[in-house]
Amino acid sequence: MKFFRRLSALIRKEFLQLARDNSSILIGAVLPIVLILIMGYGISLDVKNVPVAVVLEDFSPAAHDSMNFLDGSKYFSTKYVTSMAEAKILMRERKVEAILRVPPTFSSDFQRGEAKLQLILYGADSATATSVQNYVEGSIRQINSGKIAIESRIWFNDANSSTFYFIPGLIMLILTIVGVFLTALVMAREWERGTLEAIFVTPVRLIEILLAKIIPYFVVAMFGFILCLIAAKFLYKLPIHGSLTIILLSSVIYLFVSLGIGLVISAATKSQFLSAQISLIVSFMPALMLTGFIFDLRSVPNFISTIGHALPPTYYLELLKTLFLAGNNWTMIAENCSILVLYAIFFIGLALKITKKRVD
Amino acid sequence: MIISAKNLTKTFKNVVALDNFNFEMNYGTLTALIGPDGAGKTTFMRLISGLTAPTSGNLTVLGLEVCGNEQKIQNKISYMPQRFGLYEDLTISENMTLYADLHGVKTEIRRERFAKLLEMTGLERFTARLAGKLSGGMKQKLGLACTLVRSPELLLLDEPTVGVDPLSRRELWEIIKKLVADENLSVLVSTAYMDEAEMCEKVFVVNHGKILMSGSPNDIKSVAKGRCFRVKTPENFPTRILQSILLDDKNFVVDSVPEGNFVRFIGQKNFDAEQYSVKIKLPIEKIPARLEDGFMILLHDDEKNNLERVFNLKKLYLDEKYPISDEIVIVVKNLVRKFGDFTAVDKTNFEVRRGEVFGLLGPNGAGKTTTFRMLCGLLPMTDGFLSVAGVNLRTARTQARENIGYVAQKFSLYGNLTVEENLNFFGGAYGLSGTNLRERIDELLTEFHLRGSENQNSGDLPGGYKQRLSMAAALLHKPQILFLDEPTSGIDPLARRDFWRQITDLSAKGTTIIITTHFMEEAEYCDRMMIQDHGKILALGTPQEIRRQFGNENSTMNEIFISIVENSRGGG
Repeated sequence: MKFFRRLSALIRKEFLQLARDNSSILIGAVLPIVLILIMGYGISLDVKNVPVAVVLEDFSPAAHDSMNFLDGSKYFSTKYVTSMAEAKILMRERKVEAILRVPPTFSSDFQRGEAKLQLILYGADSATATSVQNYVEGSIRQINSGKIAIESRIWFNDANSSTFYFIPGLIMLILTIVGVFLTALVMAREWERGTLEAIFVTPVRLIEILLAKIIPYFVVAMFGFILCLIAAKFLYKLPIHGSLTIILLSSVIYLFVSLGIGLVISAATKSQFLSAQISLIVSFMPALMLTGFIFDLRSVPNFISTIGHALPPTYYLELLKTLFLAGNNWTMIAENCSILVLYAIFFIGLALKITKKRVD
Repeated sequence: MIISAKNLTKTFKNVVALDNFNFEMNYGTLTALIGPDGAGKTTFMRLISGLTAPTSGNLTVLGLEVCGNEQKIQNKISYMPQRFGLYEDLTISENMTLYADLHGVKTEIRRERFAKLLEMTGLERFTARLAGKLSGGMKQKLGLACTLVRSPELLLLDEPTVGVDPLSRRELWEIIKKLVADENLSVLVSTAYMDEAEMCEKVFVVNHGKILMSGSPNDIKSVAKGRCFRVKTPENFPTRILQSILLDDKNFVVDSVPEGNFVRFIGQKNFDAEQYSVKIKLPIEKIPARLEDGFMILLHDDEKNNLERVFNLKKLYLDEKYPISDEIVIVVKNLVRKFGDFTAVDKTNFEVRRGEVFGLLGPNGAGKTTTFRMLCGLLPMTDGFLSVAGVNLRTARTQARENIGYVAQKFSLYGNLTVEENLNFFGGAYGLSGTNLRERIDELLTEFHLRGSENQNSGDLPGGYKQRLSMAAALLHKPQILFLDEPTSGIDPLARRDFWRQITDLSAKGTTIIITTHFMEEAEYCDRMMIQDHGKILALGTPQEIRRQFGNENSTMNEIFISIVENSRGGG
């Protein structure tokens, strides 16, 4: 078939270029590895050894004893002071992240069951502050309830490690970068260097030109995806509670969305520089900020959440997180996969529509 | 009729690229489109190949209406765009294989075809070399080979020889002519070179999207019949100055060019040679018209209203002396430049005097650009001595740069700044400011006919304007020496005359000019020139001396150049 002969000629050309162009290999293979190492080891939202000043205005041994829980914890490093003034100085110099004030009447109030503690947090870093607050409150509740210990537990991320939480986001990010960024760049390069003008005046069809871009970069992105999966499983011991098949399937669908967006961008700009800029702004940045990767979409203002829910990576990320950490939630899988399929059809269709065998 | 256009019009936003174009071309012919840059040649090629849609009018190619049959036409024709987009990270054979696959060339035929093309283009020894590592001439040949992986029903070539040296140019045309003869190809070629158009059966002269004339090369020539003359330059008088004096005499002379010891010119309508001979006190000789003469007359007639170009030129007189100064401003001794094992410039010696126009010529990859860059202080030398304007370039490169102006081959000003902003910026970069700078910019705007365009974005200017702006920017600090790297490629013939008129003016005012060019006839404007190949000097002297040494007095510079380079390559 002439169709397949032309297509395979173009695909062969694409792979030859890929093999000889270091920058594509850099984005396709090296970048995922670097990202996964940085994200896995470098970034962590967990709090450990938080310096806390304990103001003991009540000098009784009972009060001191009830604060013991802080000493043994790996989450805190405690500093005991006797006046609020001292604590304030420590806080202002940011030598402590929190002040736990034990009022003079603490012991007597505790007997009556009306004890109160004041917790002051350094709020500049709100994520840390919230975590500290949770830990302290959690721990206090534990003692306060006497013999009935309430053991709080965070579901779906048993160890509450943010690495577990990051890996699905990272996979999403890598598919976005390779799909959108790399594809937009290599297609725009063809426009910019004028290679398409001569190619157009041959029996080649537009669909063949586009497929010859989609297929090789699909392979590159899948390679990055597999790397991430291996790292997740063996390096970070990420559990896979859901179906691996569904994870693969949804990734393939999402990849088509990314490739489609990349082709649309390059067809609209026809310039490498613009393509790179636009890819960054419309795909990479939102994928990082607005999809629930870093900020949970339930805790952001409504309009941000609305924007987030208009972005394809949001659905893919939700899928991945659930599949990895929770398990198969078939309603959600069906819903998100259908949304992604629609996006894929839309963007690839749009790319086909706006790419023309024209040089105007 | 293989191509037929009726009232074809194409507009881009506000620009009319093709204006009621009527064009016919027969099967099995070699037809040329000639015209200045921006005349609409490329647009027409793209319309034929279905890469852009006409605004109105009819266009049929191979008996098919182009609109709606783009793919059918693209299946049958081959098109070599002006900038043939080779895949630079693929080798020669990979590039050719890709095109052969796309055209569905059968494997049995392919082997024979590739062998033939590679042999003709002289690329057979380099099949494994990456396209990005080829010289300009070789790239064009590979582009042609990719275009011709199969024998097309119609071949479109858009300025296939632009930026290519005379030797490669001749080789490219030999390939084209052989294929036309062997395969009875129909070819439409656009070109800026008249000698190329002369080889075609039919020529269309295009300007501003309109056809000014069509016919055989002889028909075009006959436009200038009886109006072409030449005068011999008086003893010890620069030919360039005489040429400028004639060019300035617009009431009598349409166009003039230097040619050895003579100046060739075209008279205005009703030009009286005897009377004029008395006026300039020099004998005038009538000569046969060339294709270029007819072309220049057609262009001048069409541009009649745009020809009022005001310059602040120093008036030149026939009875004045224009001696070349004895002061030596550039000394080059045993200059060597190596890139690893490769010697780009090998033990080169020459001197340039103040006010001289000195030409650097050579085929692609001869070492011209390397020599040029070392002279400008852009590239350190490996060995030897080099002084520019009395400053040793080995010890004081920065200081030497204050004395020179440099116009790069590509437009290298800021396209999104206006003309005035660019000049202000470069003035600042040269350390000018305040009233000084303002007055200098004022002078240059007049001198380079940029008034009225001060507030236009320089990226939107036509080629000739960009070129003048680049020159103005390089001259802001009144440098002693001006370096120009292929300043005339891609600008139209009329703008080229203006350019050389300005060069004559600058040199008459004492500026030394070093220039590289691919247009061999432009070497005639130089006081002295040097021809390089493989890093060595093959010839050095005045155009006339070189002629005497290597050929005969009547050879064109193009012929001389080819014979010098071929002799050296054959002998070495």
